[in-house]
Amino acid sequence: MDVAIIGIGIHPFGRTEGVTGLEQGVHAAREALKDVGLDWNDMEFAYGGSSAAGNADSMVSKLGLTGLQFINVSNGCATGGSALQSAYMAIQSGMFDIGMAVGFDKHPRGAFTVNPEASGLGKWYGDIGMALTPQFFGMKIQRYMHEYDISEDTLIRVAVKNFRNGAKNPNAWRRNGFSYDDVAQSQMVCHPLRKYMFCSPAEGGCAMILCRADKAKQFTSNPVFLKAVAVKTRQFGSFEVFSQSQALERAPAPTVQASTAAFEMAGIGPEDIDVAQLQDTESGAEIMHMAENGFCADGDQEKWLHEGYTEIDGKLPVNTDGGCLANGEPVGASGLRQVYEICLQLRGEAGERQVPNSPKTGYTHVYGAPGLSGVTIMAA
Amino acid sequence: MRSIADQIPIADGLFTWPSNDPRLLGSKCADCGVVTFPAQSGCPACCGEDTEAIELERKGKLWTWTIQGFLPNRPPYEGPETPETFKPFGVGYVELPNQVRVETRIQTEDIAKLRIGMEMDLVVEKFIERDGKDIIAYFFRPADES
Repeated sequence: MDVAIIGIGIHPFGRTEGVTGLEQGVHAAREALKDVGLDWNDMEFAYGGSSAAGNADSMVSKLGLTGLQFINVSNGCATGGSALQSAYMAIQSGMFDIGMAVGFDKHPRGAFTVNPEASGLGKWYGDIGMALTPQFFGMKIQRYMHEYDISEDTLIRVAVKNFRNGAKNPNAWRRNGFSYDDVAQSQMVCHPLRKYMFCSPAEGGCAMILCRADKAKQFTSNPVFLKAVAVKTRQFGSFEVFSQSQALERAPAPTVQASTAAFEMAGIGPEDIDVAQLQDTESGAEIMHMAENGFCADGDQEKWLHEGYTEIDGKLPVNTDGGCLANGEPVGASGLRQVYEICLQLRGEAGERQVPNSPKTGYTHVYGAPGLSGVTIMAA
Repeated sequence: MRSIADQIPIADGLFTWPSNDPRLLGSKCADCGVVTFPAQSGCPACCGEDTEAIELERKGKLWTWTIQGFLPNRPPYEGPETPETFKPFGVGYVELPNQVRVETRIQTEDIAKLRIGMEMDLVVEKFIERDGKDIIAYFFRPADES
């Protein structure tokens, strides 16, 4: 049973004073229903999640108490991606015909605060000042730059590109398009990563309506088909966030496994993708994820960024909506935002940031604590 | 210098204490030989359940590093700095030969000199004072400062 995305909705990302995370999720859900012209009581099921803004299933008291199956999803930075995968499986199994995946969040300002014990670590790890995700990202790209000769210039170019794209996205948070010098001169946060190379915790909501592919045309003239969905966790030897120690032997990152599984499921390869959204928690992550997802060889990013291959008019546009850098990271909604953007691009509705020549295939990728990755492949 | 009784390790089982030559404590899988830090009961590589405690090497090489540039949130951070006195500190992974790479704070006079591959030594010393006692933690320091 193939699965289609027939409705999409979003609440603008960033900071919305006076609106709870849950209300932002409700807004996104209503927008998605409106997009396809359906009602909440048409939904047979929903999967939803947030990491810091409450239980998604409490949305039903605002959307309507229809008695549908609503399951909360909590899977770290892959919460949105996991909600989508769950919805995909619910339809693919033949159990349901139509339902919703929704995610939202509202995080306090500043770096994420981590409770080490909830992540299976000793309390001492937080006491001493090592339970900070930016340190991991700094250390991972530091090693990668050393091994593959990536320059600081390339880190800066990624950030400038994503902020430039974000300036063209009315739902993005940071829309002022930071310049090369803004990024290059911003405060050093975790060497070699500077302030404007990092995304910030934020707010937002996003929702998708999915249905059996063979019924999609009953509801919409422009369905987007989910060709593959894969979520993988770390294996022994990969270098992951919050690791008190690392093995001497090295294994591929969970992204490599999720990407490989997704391409196999879709029956296509990286060269067939027209537009991609890759997790850019910081600019180093986008660089490493270009290779981990199979789009280029390790070290080629230097050339790709210099030649503009990942710009909106390049050979593989990456993070056309500004990515996490310009949208911020509301953990529960982030993965669905990527899918929302790919749907817009494949439907030809991305406005000022539309990828030229009618893209037919799209790709999304999330990565997060404690070492998990979710990939989807979509086709018009 | 406080008496040993007034020096408390930041966590039990992380390193040998009290000791004149403290070592980090890890575990080694009886089946596949993989070493982990801190010690744990199961093996992350082969899923075996038979591990034994071992003392880790006290010298290694810096495998990667970063500099924590802002005062971490409290909780969970318990370091002694205030926003006024905070100075960026090093964090890295030190590769202990034939064992494991250990994540650690780095003690150095000069964070600008951190480089991948530099020789590092284990130090076990006071981190903070709490309830009139010294809380002892482990760090690594560039070997040329030891």
